Amino acid sequence: MKTQAISATPPEQLQQVTFDSAMEARIEELLQRYPTKRAALLPVLWLCQERYGWISQGVIEAVARRLGESPAFVEGVVSFYTMFFRQPPAKYVLQLCVTLSCELCGAQRLAQRIKEKLGIGFGEKTADGVFQLVGVECLGACGGAPVLQVNQDYYEHMSEEALDQLLEELAKEQ
Amino acid sequence: MESILLRARGVPNSRDLDSYLARGGWEGLKRALAMAPEAVIQEVIDSELRGRGGAGFPTGRKWSFVPKDHPGPKYLICNADESEPGTFKDREIIEYDPQMVLEGIAIAAYAIGAHTAYIYIRGEFFRWARLLEEAIGQARSRGFLGKDILGSGFDLEVWVHRGAGAYICGEETALIESLEGKRGFPRLKPPFPAVVGLFGQPTVVNNVETLACIPHILTRGAKWFASIGRPRNTGPKLFCVSGHVNRPGVYELPLGVSFREIIYEHAGGIRNGNRLKAFFPGGSSAPVLTAQDVDVAADFDACAAAGSMLGSGGIIVMDETVNMVEVGRNLAHFYAHESCGQCTPCREGSDWCLDIFNRLLQGLGHPSDPEQLLRICRYASQGMTICPLGDAFALPISSLVTKFREEFEAAIKRSRPLPPQKLPVMPWTGKDIRFGG
Ligand SMILES: Cc1cc2nc3c(=O)[nH]c(=O)nc-3n(C[C@H](O)[C@H](O)[C@H](O)COP(=O)(O)O)c2cc1C
Ligand code: FES
Repeated sequence: MKTQAISATPPEQLQQVTFDSAMEARIEELLQRYPTKRAALLPVLWLCQERYGWISQGVIEAVARRLGESPAFVEGVVSFYTMFFRQPPAKYVLQLCVTLSCELCGAQRLAQRIKEKLGIGFGEKTADGVFQLVGVECLGACGGAPVLQVNQDYYEHMSEEALDQLLEELAKEQ
Repeated sequence: MESILLRARGVPNSRDLDSYLARGGWEGLKRALAMAPEAVIQEVIDSELRGRGGAGFPTGRKWSFVPKDHPGPKYLICNADESEPGTFKDREIIEYDPQMVLEGIAIAAYAIGAHTAYIYIRGEFFRWARLLEEAIGQARSRGFLGKDILGSGFDLEVWVHRGAGAYICGEETALIESLEGKRGFPRLKPPFPAVVGLFGQPTVVNNVETLACIPHILTRGAKWFASIGRPRNTGPKLFCVSGHVNRPGVYELPLGVSFREIIYEHAGGIRNGNRLKAFFPGGSSAPVLTAQDVDVAADFDACAAAGSMLGSGGIIVMDETVNMVEVGRNLAHFYAHESCGQCTPCREGSDWCLDIFNRLLQGLGHPSDPEQLLRICRYASQGMTICPLGDAFALPISSLVTKFREEFEAAIKRSRPLPPQKLPVMPWTGKDIRFGG
């Protein structure tokens, strides 16, 4: 498994957003699935996050215009869900599960190891912008505790050695 | 018991439509389409299938609440949010047998008269959302979904809708709000979704595992299904075992086997030869059970009789090394993070509990803390909130306090004495000192 890096569009390029024809086509296709435009909001936000890496104020405004909502409404929705990035994320977002089964199986040891290796704690990013550590709640994979999600991929039964190896591989990738 | 819901585990290319057909897949839909919708509902009622999402509500009865003569569209939602801590079974089904879920969806939609179905899957499940999309594409290309399914005149479109990180969106009304493009705020019930649901139309919400049972009920009959397990608690169940066991994983067993069998035989017993201390029998929102309860039968009624619930079947096992105050802190952290914030007792109560747990663990406990925790929990449960998230945090936390009180008392004993909690008040002398007397 090779985890794909996130490439985040720099903030200055996301101040004013207009969707190109490829995006438009996909939005049009999403709108066919629902009887209201509003229902396409989450899928359209996902589309934007895939494309730009994160959801800037400019993206919120563009989405709001496209779906006929107010920017405030869209922002309210974006802020309710934990997976939408409001800041440009690192290339690899390490999402460490800290809920019960993972904590019972040593999640705190992994957090400690990440701190030693990369010098970052929860909510922090490395200076080179490669890694970012986030504590997340149960990932629905507790049988594989402790679980670490990196971008889209699940890594289960993580030992400290497996973590070291993973971090090295990811650092080499880019 | 033979493998039913997980029979594809270990089969090469098991996700492939042809592999599913070779297992007798899509036969259930063929049978259903030859029956009247009411007869399909009756078959499911007779099977006594109860929902696997958490509440254990009889599935056939839920379907029968959908008004037959409704003039507008009706919807079916497959709940693949899998957000209850300790639960990881729906992902297993999707990994090995997504066609089975789609067949269940198609039969359920036919029974209630829905022509659109959404699979709401948690945002973190990128891979499993993709697997479902692929499965839908395959089923559609062979005429099992889409227009005029198998020449029956019945149409059904199925869409995958991804969440974006929120436990509460597993709750059916929050899920519906989220699907409508809003914040995941639960709705007051009644009206129940079966009458006023998605886009204001009658809607049935069923869990992935519930829907996965449906094709088997249709192909092998309600009688066969009801012969598995115990009366009122019928059928196979996926038990997710995690925590301090030697072989964590998903085990398919008939409802009603004992927790002892699940933990010691199937999950290989407690790690390092340690002793079992306690377990959550049905996800972290179920009141904790202790080692003495290990012979309780793992089904809806037996768990309720033991003062807990089977919930989603997520069994979280803790050995003798675990401090229950720390378990409480971990859970309070989860619920404080996941409370949607609409109701004060849940929003403030979960956070307040977290504060108390943090204090207890930092050596700043107060003798009134256990009572305070119980009081907060009392006010957050018993219908004081819009949705059951209040109970979901209050019941396990109060069970920890009641069943492991001595560990709370020990944490308080270890605490430094706190500075006086009340401002010193001038003793009443009977004279008004402000005016000199
Ligand atoms: C806080 C909360 C979280 C829930 N999370 C889930 C979930 O992740 N998956 C699920 O299927 N049901 C979940 N439920 C239960 C649903 O509300 C609903 O009862 C269920 O999807 C109905 O399906 P069933 O009848 O097939 O069990 C949750 C309920 C609550 C109160
Ligand atoms: S507790 Fe970590 S995946 Fe469930």
